[in-house]
Amino acid sequence: MVLCALSIFGIVVLIATELVLRSQLAWSKFGFEFFFSAFVDPYTKLPMYWDPVNGHFSALPFLYGTVISSFLALLMAVPLAIGVAVFLTEMCPQVLRGPLAFLTELLAAIPSVIYGLWAVFILVPLLREHVNPWLIQLLGWTGFFNNDNPTGLGFVSAGVILAIMILPIVSSLTREVMTAVPHSQREAVLALGATRWEMIRMGVLRNARIGIVGAVILGLGRALGETMAVTMVIGNSPEIHRSLLANGSTMASVIANEFAEASGDLHLSALMEIGLALFAVTIVVNTFARLLVWAVTRGAPAQVH
Amino acid sequence: MGGHKLPTEHKLRARIRTLADGAATGLAVLSTVLVVAPLVAIFVYLIYKGASSLNWAFFTHNPAPVGELGGGMANAIVGSAILLAVGSLIGVPVGISGGIFLAEFGRGTKLANAVRFTADVLNGVPSIVMGIAVYSLIVVPQGHFSAFSGGVALGIMMIPTVCRTTEEMLLMVPNAVREAALALGVPNWRSVLAITVKTASPGIITGCMLAFARVAGETAPLIFTAFGNVGWSAKLSEPIAALPLQIYVYALSPYDEWHRLAWAGALVLIVLIVVAVSLVRYVTSRGVLKGAS
Repeated sequence: MVLCALSIFGIVVLIATELVLRSQLAWSKFGFEFFFSAFVDPYTKLPMYWDPVNGHFSALPFLYGTVISSFLALLMAVPLAIGVAVFLTEMCPQVLRGPLAFLTELLAAIPSVIYGLWAVFILVPLLREHVNPWLIQLLGWTGFFNNDNPTGLGFVSAGVILAIMILPIVSSLTREVMTAVPHSQREAVLALGATRWEMIRMGVLRNARIGIVGAVILGLGRALGETMAVTMVIGNSPEIHRSLLANGSTMASVIANEFAEASGDLHLSALMEIGLALFAVTIVVNTFARLLVWAVTRGAPAQVH
Repeated sequence: MGGHKLPTEHKLRARIRTLADGAATGLAVLSTVLVVAPLVAIFVYLIYKGASSLNWAFFTHNPAPVGELGGGMANAIVGSAILLAVGSLIGVPVGISGGIFLAEFGRGTKLANAVRFTADVLNGVPSIVMGIAVYSLIVVPQGHFSAFSGGVALGIMMIPTVCRTTEEMLLMVPNAVREAALALGVPNWRSVLAITVKTASPGIITGCMLAFARVAGETAPLIFTAFGNVGWSAKLSEPIAALPLQIYVYALSPYDEWHRLAWAGALVLIVLIVVAVSLVRYVTSRGVLKGAS
């Protein structure tokens, strides 16, 4: 029994050592520059980031893509998740609570590849026909929405599908920390003559805020590592564009896309190093988030009211 | 005058507060609708597209060559079953034993807390990272992609989930049951295995099903371990087809016929998962002991 429990540590150590060993080649060749530099093409004078043919590798466009797509996802998902959690814990009629909680649970269980399938055939065409033209017209002047990618794939599509995918985890954890707030807090605020919203704001959200931040960071961890659905809709080009409608690539998507047909040892090693970075980042983010959620729900187990 | 306010000001303040309350309620309802809408959309499309393309050939035929109509995913279904069997053989025993340690033998110890925490963190590690780790652990030394390596990747992914659900189910067993066993002079290990684990076994089994359903849809760790296979293969040492992999490849292909198969495959997967999730919910809502708790 102890051995099996210890195997969980073993797995983490095993993953880490394998990734470190296999990424040695790229590490010794590029060092820290791998995450920051760009090579300038001598002929076109354009920055080159990822050029397997000539052996130039830089993770910069993937870091950028991961950060941008996750940020877009959080921007859309967090307000919605908190809204749902508030509705479910404080306002929802008892009859609806069970089915709605079940629905969000189901949403969390749908495989990534099915989200991807749905996004490719339903979401991307929808965004391309109805949302993107509107974004370009209204916000084109900011430079973030350019009209030069007719496919509909790109950061915005990836952000929307990521938002849909991380919503369940963020909202269910938010719900958990909100139920952990003692009832006396709510009653105290109500007794002072507060309206329901004031009770939620002062009695519940303020007490649960650290846990909510933890839930959001946990959602961020999911978004950073999400692979299949993003790979299917982000367009997969190793470039950095200011326009959010342009094609991009994330750390996870470049591995999914290129690993099986990597062109040489250095290419493989560079992909391994991206995997190692992704592993390290998600470990840090998840640890931090778990600590925050744990700090709030500890001692006050979620009660069923 | 001092701190006194005019009555109209009071009224205005009250009005604003009521309005804010209404607005907040409205926003909460609106966000719930916005969250439920894509879910409903996903399910409706899956059922609509999947059901219209699902037929008997889907389960009995291998993929047809490009350009030909018909064909199915028989090889991918069998492949997924083999991969999941290998994964379960690894993930279920290890996960359950780990869970028993967390809930019974190590309860409250620092080691158990550390393991629990690591399991939660491991649960958040992207599956693609598992994929490349298993690739370098098994595929590189072997020199070729194989069903075995895919199964190992899935098995490793099952461990933290099975471990944590087993622990949760065991914690739901009332302490009185343990005390009754111990009072009869039964040694602790026997009381755990024969009484506590047995009491919680329906919950543990459904927990395993949940983990099973989760990894059944995993694609990323299979791309460079099981790799996929257009033909028939049931050998552990060869590349093998898998349902989610096939969905991925077909969804990105330019052929309508393959899109149709991808939707059908997605429907099959989702039915499997919905059944597992509903079972888990049913068992946990009923409590581990009938009538007790």
